[in-house]
Amino acid sequence: MSSVYEQLGGEPAMAAAVELFYRKVLADDRISHYFEDVDMDRQAAKQKAFLTMVCGGPSHYSGKDMREGHRHLVKRGLNDIHFNAVAEHLQGTLEELGVSADLVRQVMAVAEGARADVLNR
Amino acid sequence: MARVKVESTWYPLEPEESVLDGLLRQGVAVPHSCRAGACQSCMMRGVAGNVPPTAQSGLKDTLKARSYFLACMCKLPEGTGLEVAGAQDLRVPARITAVEQLTADVLRVSLEPEAPLDYRAGQYITLLRADGLARSYSLASLPREKHLELHVRQVPGGTMSGWLAREARPGEQVALQGPAGDCFYVPGASEAPLLLAGTGTGLAPLYGIARDALEQGHTGPLFLFHGAREPGGLYLVETLRELAARHANFHYRPNVLCGGGDGVEEGSIEALVRTILPKRPLGWRAYLCGNVEGVLSLRKKLFLAGFSLKDIHADAFLPSTPPGGPLAGAA
Repeated sequence: MSSVYEQLGGEPAMAAAVELFYRKVLADDRISHYFEDVDMDRQAAKQKAFLTMVCGGPSHYSGKDMREGHRHLVKRGLNDIHFNAVAEHLQGTLEELGVSADLVRQVMAVAEGARADVLNR
Repeated sequence: MARVKVESTWYPLEPEESVLDGLLRQGVAVPHSCRAGACQSCMMRGVAGNVPPTAQSGLKDTLKARSYFLACMCKLPEGTGLEVAGAQDLRVPARITAVEQLTADVLRVSLEPEAPLDYRAGQYITLLRADGLARSYSLASLPREKHLELHVRQVPGGTMSGWLAREARPGEQVALQGPAGDCFYVPGASEAPLLLAGTGTGLAPLYGIARDALEQGHTGPLFLFHGAREPGGLYLVETLRELAARHANFHYRPNVLCGGGDGVEEGSIEALVRTILPKRPLGWRAYLCGNVEGVLSLRKKLFLAGFSLKDIHADAFLPSTPPGGPLAGAA
């Protein structure tokens, strides 16, 4: 069984998805401050890595990385409300790209699995 | 302890100290300006030892291959040593041919390099005074033109801009290093709409890019928004109006925050830019130049308005930074 990543079309699909996704989180006042970065290209690359991971593509992220990468944000108040907002935009992005409901469900399940690490609990 | 060797002397570096900071602290003169890895004034060459890849970020491959690096971005691992030399080989001697006042605080500096400089309109160079004082400026000229043209903002207390305004005379010898930067016109998709926006001396690269695009046969609309606080801050107004009169696809839109009228719009540059954007700016390309806050803010707005990041070329002008962090008004 190939990964959702492959079924979606691999790297080019992630490249197409990342700008849609980035635009959604940056336009959302609930979470935009976590995504403000002087270097927008670097921020987009991070988000592409995140999309690749939740779609089951080649990823170098471990649960430990997710924990450490978000620790400073948790200190700044990152909580379930923010996680849910990001998940909402992830789902919206995939749906906008015409990804089937079944694949969207699979991706969302992977994302949900990262909640404890992201929120450091 | 890490250490760095210059002209047969080893200099110790403090933990986390950059090669530039360490050398300056110990009295070694190294040209420098932004201290943020952008202006490339502090370029040096590794002679022996390992140059960390992070110190070569943004350099051309040909420079990387010859072990050039940016001293301000170069931190050495504990216990290692690096022998370095200056980047004199990369400098081109040049002569100042004219200094003119464009506005109350903007100078046009014309330069004639001893050897032709291979550059793209919109790139920037480092100007070095004989004593090593270095500042980066965007090129407003075109490669086919005999003289290089810089637009220099006179900063209160600014060392280089003050010298250019009051002391530098035609014939003065200086040196140039560069070019650098990737804010320039790329041929192809000649029907694409181009948005050029900048405030103050952000006009310099935009003036070059606009003329370059027109000369290369760009047929799509070009919108040039030049913003200033008040009308006295605008310059090259007549030149740009004449350019617009000759090219139907070139739209010159000078704007000010207050005191508009007589063909100069009043309002924030962001709000004015917004009025020309379609709902989906597919295929649009943008060039944004000038002060950091303005460039970053407009880039974000354009991205949210539907621009792809790869189609936004931004050149944020960084002020020069003395040791110990930014100091207001230095340049």
